[in-house]
Amino acid sequence: MKKAINLSVNGVPHTDEVEPRMLLVHYLRDVLSLTGTHVGCETSLCGACTVMLDGQAVKSCTVFAVQADGSQVTTIEGFAKNGELHPVQEGFWEKHGLQCGYCTPGMIVTAAQLLDRNAAPSREEICHGLEGNLCRCTGYQHIIEAVQYAAKKAGQS
Amino acid sequence: MTNKYVGRRVKRTEDPRLIRGLAHYVDDISLPGTLHVAFVRSYYAHAKINSIDTSAAESAPGVVAVYTGKDVAEKIGPVPCAGALPDLKVPDHRVLATSKVYFVGHPVAAVVASDRYTARDAADLIVVDYEELPVVTDVEQAAAGGPVIHDAFSDNIAYRLTSGEGDIDAAFAAADRTVKQRVLHKRLAPIAMEPRGVLARYFPGEEELTLWSSTQIPHLMRTQVALMIGIAENKLRVITPEVGGGFGSKLNVYAEEALLGWISMQLGKPVKWIETRRENIQATIHGRGQVGDIEIAFKNDGTLTGLRYTVFADLGAYHQLLTPAIPTLTGLMLSGAYKIPAIQMNITACFTNKMATDAYRGAGRPEATYIVERGLDLVAAELGADPAEVRRKNFPAPSEFPFHTATGLDYDSGDYEAALNKAQQIAGYSELREMQKKGREEGRLIGIGVSTYVEICALGPSQAMPAGGWESATVRIEPTGKVTILTGASPHGQGQETSFAQIAADELGVNINDVTVIHGDTGVVQYGIGTFGSRATAVGGTAVFVAIQKLKEKAHKIATHILNADASRVTFEGGKYSLQAAKAASAAGTSEPVVPVGEAPAGALPEPDTEGKSSLTMQEIALEAHVAKNLPPDTEPGLSATYFFEPKNFTFPFGTHIAVVEVDRETGDIKFLRYVAVDDCGRVINPMLVDGQVHGGIVQSIGQAMYEEVVYDESGQLVTGTLMDYAVPRASHIPEFELDRTETPTPVNPLGVKGVGEAGTIGSTPAIVGAIVDALAPFGVRHLDMPIKPENVWRIINGH
Repeated sequence: MKKAINLSVNGVPHTDEVEPRMLLVHYLRDVLSLTGTHVGCETSLCGACTVMLDGQAVKSCTVFAVQADGSQVTTIEGFAKNGELHPVQEGFWEKHGLQCGYCTPGMIVTAAQLLDRNAAPSREEICHGLEGNLCRCTGYQHIIEAVQYAAKKAGQS
Repeated sequence: MTNKYVGRRVKRTEDPRLIRGLAHYVDDISLPGTLHVAFVRSYYAHAKINSIDTSAAESAPGVVAVYTGKDVAEKIGPVPCAGALPDLKVPDHRVLATSKVYFVGHPVAAVVASDRYTARDAADLIVVDYEELPVVTDVEQAAAGGPVIHDAFSDNIAYRLTSGEGDIDAAFAAADRTVKQRVLHKRLAPIAMEPRGVLARYFPGEEELTLWSSTQIPHLMRTQVALMIGIAENKLRVITPEVGGGFGSKLNVYAEEALLGWISMQLGKPVKWIETRRENIQATIHGRGQVGDIEIAFKNDGTLTGLRYTVFADLGAYHQLLTPAIPTLTGLMLSGAYKIPAIQMNITACFTNKMATDAYRGAGRPEATYIVERGLDLVAAELGADPAEVRRKNFPAPSEFPFHTATGLDYDSGDYEAALNKAQQIAGYSELREMQKKGREEGRLIGIGVSTYVEICALGPSQAMPAGGWESATVRIEPTGKVTILTGASPHGQGQETSFAQIAADELGVNINDVTVIHGDTGVVQYGIGTFGSRATAVGGTAVFVAIQKLKEKAHKIATHILNADASRVTFEGGKYSLQAAKAASAAGTSEPVVPVGEAPAGALPEPDTEGKSSLTMQEIALEAHVAKNLPPDTEPGLSATYFFEPKNFTFPFGTHIAVVEVDRETGDIKFLRYVAVDDCGRVINPMLVDGQVHGGIVQSIGQAMYEEVVYDESGQLVTGTLMDYAVPRASHIPEFELDRTETPTPVNPLGVKGVGEAGTIGSTPAIVGAIVDALAPFGVRHLDMPIKPENVWRIINGH
């Protein structure tokens, strides 16, 4: 039996009827066509599906859509505002923090939360903060530099 | 010509769509009415299929069709193998299992349903009656007469091969000393972050099929799938949208790709299958999988005289595209960066009840480098010499290139000692040895590992490749002055949309933003080979470069005609063809398209305004070429050129990696203190992208050296079936890399580019293992097999 949910995604309100077992990531991708959030492992180990749920970075492959009822969700598509990149997005571009780009949306969401909590993280704190997100291409060094760039940039503004 | 783009850290043109979540991977493409496919896969490693009951699935709501092996065995050809070796046994591998399953994950049935949840539910309603058969997972048991996997053959030995040059027996007979070591190269899972996936759409009226597939080889796939499912090749279009990493795992043609195309033709509807991670570890190719013995003969002064490698290669249950060829690549690179007069490799390649092995980043060459470099460390230990000095002693000098190896190759160019010197200097090698010595006195376990690797890239000359080793490019300048590049390479993260645009922008004197690189669509791009073997820039980039030179010959002819000048007086500089070169020295790349977007008159091209000018931009010439009212006689309209570049040799990048680790006595934990890499990949188009390739490669090496192994138990169950069990390195596992380069151009192509995609993975593993072994040398350790985990280390320290 389907259940009605009301939630806001990237500031836009949505009302839908979904199966209780539908995963949040499938709701975002298949129902709302927000395909920037990716599925990499279905077991919450790779972090490709990370989105913001009420201000917390969560792995949307292990959250049911019904659990997001009444919530505010921000996906990667909601990060650039009025055509201006989020500092973390800018950092990834400047520092070559991505290659194939598949892990990138989840990485950016996680990195943004990391900087929300700690505006000037050390290298070790960045590495620890990114432990829940896998990247197979970059070897992480440029991702770490991207986060450092974003921290510096946000600190200046 | 001064370069505005080539050699510089140009930010990637791919990135804006990727960082905003606006790119499209296969699963991001939705077509109306798409049906979804789920597979039933074997949970036995070896079993006879007595019966399959699909009735409950077929009658489930939302299910459109169910297919089993017997439905498709006569309709779809076998999964292809391109490896050609003498007396190679090739099992008849069908897209769905017919009478037997022979590895965990072997697809048995496919369910087509209205959505992915319904398809998955219905797949679970299918009942397969299996009769278990004896299993063989150990490659040496498979060779020694274990249970025979394929009924068509009398044993599990797919092929035996001996290769190499020089008198190996004499080398060992005359040696002052020899060392011998057994080494394991465990199976690895490539783990591209985007799993495989296919979307197939058949157009019944046009009788055309389009496959969107996450692959590295769209054209080769088109040819192979067309043959498998019996559609004309020119009625099949393969599109690779964004591809989320490959590392060789998508250098293949898989059962699912052909089956999805065939199902769409049967049903006349779009069908989609997206691999789960569990399926990805079960049924996407694995890498490595060798068990071998190294033997090295050498003189008391450290001069190498012979190397023998006797190896059992674990091929898995059947051949994927290049499965049997991979161990032979190991044989090619057994000379490493050294003069070794006699080399022999003896391969026994066997079937086992496991997924097929095939090309994973490096593809046979990391094994070779590991063998040679571990071997050199053993020689150094035997002689009590510094491992760096044993290496230095055996390098060919730069003047000895082209350097012929006893594996039958001719290395193009190199200065191995320069890279070693630079790395030692950056690392402060002698100070590090001092620190290690002092540390040992204080009870600290510090180790230093050195790897001076050489690799084989830019695959490759067509003579050495099963399906052509060239690459293609078309470069054209559109009427509005925009530059379009069509490349047969198929980048999936390497960044050639940027690096090829850098080449074109410099060569044509246009702004990089006016260049678009199109790849991965067989309906648009001329035939190509694809991206693998560190070939895309060295071979595909060269095709772009030469196509541009052809295009410029024509542009020069047109310019000469319009400027009404003698050809020798018209030169190209700063993006312009000019009568006087000095007068036209405006900065390259500042030229604007001759027709600003939105200002072209409807239905017609604007009048070229070139009369009376003393110089012409490339864009002005493009417009003249298209309106074709003032062209020299015997000149075709339009401004484009196509080139298929056939390299005369491979390229041989090289370098030195130095790893420094410290082992914790209490826990066995291994920490990096330093990591220095000096790589030489020839001429560099974009140093930022090169650094990225090296970083990523090294981290995959760290994974192999310290964390990753695909584990099957004795019954053939896959123990490491999720990312919980298969340990991919995370951000906290890496050191801060210190990278540098030497630059020795290759004479093999006019760009001087050698390739860098696999260097990190090939060069790094022995440095890391060497460092850990060196740290444990006080315990008498000379070799440890990968992955070296804290538990192994702790046991050594604590004598358990």
